[in-house]
Amino acid sequence: MKIIEMRGITKRFASLVANDHVDFDLERGEIHALLGENGAGKTTLMRILYGLYRPDEGEIRVEGRPVTIHAPKDAIALGIGMVTQHFALVPTLTVAENVVLGFNEGFRLDRQRIAEEVAEAARRFGLEIDPAVQVGHLSVGQRQRVEILKALYRHARVLILDEPTAVLTPQEVEALFATLRRLQHEGLSVIFITHKLAEVMAITDRVTVLRDGKAIATVRTASTNEEALARMMVGRESFGVRRETSARRGEPLLRMEGISAVDDRGLPALKRVSLTIHSGEILGIAGVGGNGQHELAEVLSGLRRPTEGRLLVEGRDMTGASPAELNAAGVGRIPEDRHEGIVGELSVADNMALETLPRFVKKGRLDRQAIIAHARRLIEQFQIKARPTDRAKTLSGGNMQKLLLARVLSRKPKVVIAPQPTRGLDIGATDYVRSQLLAQRERGAGVLLISEDLDEILALSDRIAVIYEGEIVGILPAQEADVERLGLMMAGAAREEVLP
Amino acid sequence: MSRWITVEKRETPPLGTRLLIPLLALGGTFLLTSGLILWGHANPLRAYYYFLIAPLSSRFSLFEVLVSATPLILTGASVTFAFSGGYYNIGAEGQLYAGAIAAAGVGLLVGGLPVPLAILVLLVSGFLAGMAWAWLPAWLKVRWAVDEVVTTLLLNSVMAYIVSALLNGPWRDPESGWPQSPEIAASAHLPKLAARSRLNLGFLIAVLTLIVLWYVLNHTAFGLKLRAVGLGKSAARFAGIPVERTMFAAALISGGIAGIAGVCEVAGIQYHLIDALSAGYGYTGIIIATLGGLNAWGVGAAALFFGLIDTGAQTVSRVLGVPVYLGEVTQATMLLVTLAVLLLQHYRIRIGRR
Repeated sequence: MKIIEMRGITKRFASLVANDHVDFDLERGEIHALLGENGAGKTTLMRILYGLYRPDEGEIRVEGRPVTIHAPKDAIALGIGMVTQHFALVPTLTVAENVVLGFNEGFRLDRQRIAEEVAEAARRFGLEIDPAVQVGHLSVGQRQRVEILKALYRHARVLILDEPTAVLTPQEVEALFATLRRLQHEGLSVIFITHKLAEVMAITDRVTVLRDGKAIATVRTASTNEEALARMMVGRESFGVRRETSARRGEPLLRMEGISAVDDRGLPALKRVSLTIHSGEILGIAGVGGNGQHELAEVLSGLRRPTEGRLLVEGRDMTGASPAELNAAGVGRIPEDRHEGIVGELSVADNMALETLPRFVKKGRLDRQAIIAHARRLIEQFQIKARPTDRAKTLSGGNMQKLLLARVLSRKPKVVIAPQPTRGLDIGATDYVRSQLLAQRERGAGVLLISEDLDEILALSDRIAVIYEGEIVGILPAQEADVERLGLMMAGAAREEVLP
Repeated sequence: MSRWITVEKRETPPLGTRLLIPLLALGGTFLLTSGLILWGHANPLRAYYYFLIAPLSSRFSLFEVLVSATPLILTGASVTFAFSGGYYNIGAEGQLYAGAIAAAGVGLLVGGLPVPLAILVLLVSGFLAGMAWAWLPAWLKVRWAVDEVVTTLLLNSVMAYIVSALLNGPWRDPESGWPQSPEIAASAHLPKLAARSRLNLGFLIAVLTLIVLWYVLNHTAFGLKLRAVGLGKSAARFAGIPVERTMFAAALISGGIAGIAGVCEVAGIQYHLIDALSAGYGYTGIIIATLGGLNAWGVGAAALFFGLIDTGAQTVSRVLGVPVYLGEVTQATMLLVTLAVLLLQHYRIRIGRR
């Protein structure tokens, strides 16, 4: 008996097709994985089911009956609950108050009765939690339990979990899985969004693989393995720009020695990472998003202090150096989020000058003409569609990225740190950025390319390091790397001997 | 088929629209305040004549407009400097009084100095006092990320009590017994710019401050860094600008400029420290800076306009018998209307069928 059937679901965002005629079904009492890379369309599909998006095409049936889901309230009425990565809890309210929030009937709030009811529900579903405690005092794993309880309290028969393990410790993951198995026996159906192969194998009955918005296949977990899933998940595409020559690798330029760092919540994000970038090579960092790439880029940009380890630039200790000091030492940094790297209200010319202001000061006065002339040169050289006096925020994403590239590359840095340099760009701009990175390598610079796009990594890198949960789990020369091998490492299923 | 009114965003408003803004704001303010004036049994057109035209018709009242504008130019410049760097200093009022205390204290000691030197000493000490009073919230902000809006605002009340304590304690005038400090030395009085008027050197100091503000913000590397920090903190940090240090500097200089405003009031107008030295100039400075679009010339224009209304409000009240507070109501309405109009310039309103 199928409890959910989604047929031919299509969802477009402007020119992007997030879901392209996707079919998906869910049996009663099964745990069904929705597997795919970032941007494959998993979350979009589930947001449609939960009423957060409206599909452009397609049909949804619940227990065989066609339904229209306009809003989460309709989904809840149909017995569908969703727990997202970002919890929707009020930290200053108690667990019980959070659970009934928006669901209690009547005008008066009977705290006593609510607490009893929620405690009773927690017991019934086996979700150990004290209903009287303030949510702000709970750990992440406990908050997730409150979210699940919230869904079950609203009589959910289908539970959608969006990357539920992303924020959990291994112990909390174990506890979550135990809970899910018990709830499954009581007839709950679960959709489990993930990109981690090990979790698919550990907990699910069936898997639907999404890639580029399309459903690639639905298979029984018992009849597949991690290699096959990795292949389906990553797939292949060919790109116009790729490296043609092999590396003429020179002397080491930048060296990370056992660097650890914590994320914004103070949890370990990088664990003793050691990497060396040589002159004339592109070192690719492959990995699924959220495995420490962001923190790695911040450490190398001087925005985040490592908690241990050393950062050496041409043998000089630059651990904890400021962005300006790294700049001066020849480390060119492209910001990971280009909107955060640009002062939108300032002009294109001002943004281009921002990293090297002393160059434009004459007798204490800012030389406007020199700033404009400098901008004109870069606009010409990097084919940016903008005037020097345009406000930077009016530029398209591609031109914004070119502006940032121009600012960094015009100074001929020895090392280029490029985190997600083509994210969100169209094909033309993507090719342009990639060819610029290859040109830097030809020039003898060392390039660190951090990308979640495996095809990009394979097309450009001379060596590929894989990051998983903040650790470098392997470094491969490009000729030994293939999608399957990298896919397994990215999903934490395999390790390679870490080469120096 | 039905009629639709759609509001859509547009990037850069055409020049004509931008020039219309002051007129639209004035018109809107007139319409909104007319009701109140009518309620006060007066003729709105006559009231606005006394607000806007009458003060400009005599030399004496024209100079009074400049006198009223002087502290507003300075506090407006102070707030503009801080806000440009993304530091929301609400404490110009307290910093003004810090400068005033310094002027009233140092002013007692400079009797033997030549006039230019005495005035310079007063200005420097007022600037330093304003900076000192701005230091704690600035430090709390950059070191511990404590919200400066709260701390600078609360310190204004603290300063009001300090002034009160001084005036009712050690500085109470020994002869009259009034809560006012002893008169400062004659050499520290700011020279008058015109006979039989209150217009004094303070106005020129204010104008000079505006010119310096304009130059620093627009023509120095520090000014560009400051604006970059104010407009995009993370981008500025990424580009290697020391965000905290820049913000700290902006906060202190802002406090110093507000301190100068206090000096000019003590040494230019009152010659004593008094409780009611400032008619909320520090707060009005926020309005001036906002109306002026954080631009030196805009600040100058807004301050002169407010000075005009301040002066005019006295006449309106005297001649038409409406409360003098009408001036403040008009200024506040002006701010709200201008903000609304500024917001609207980024939208286009369409009426059509679909």
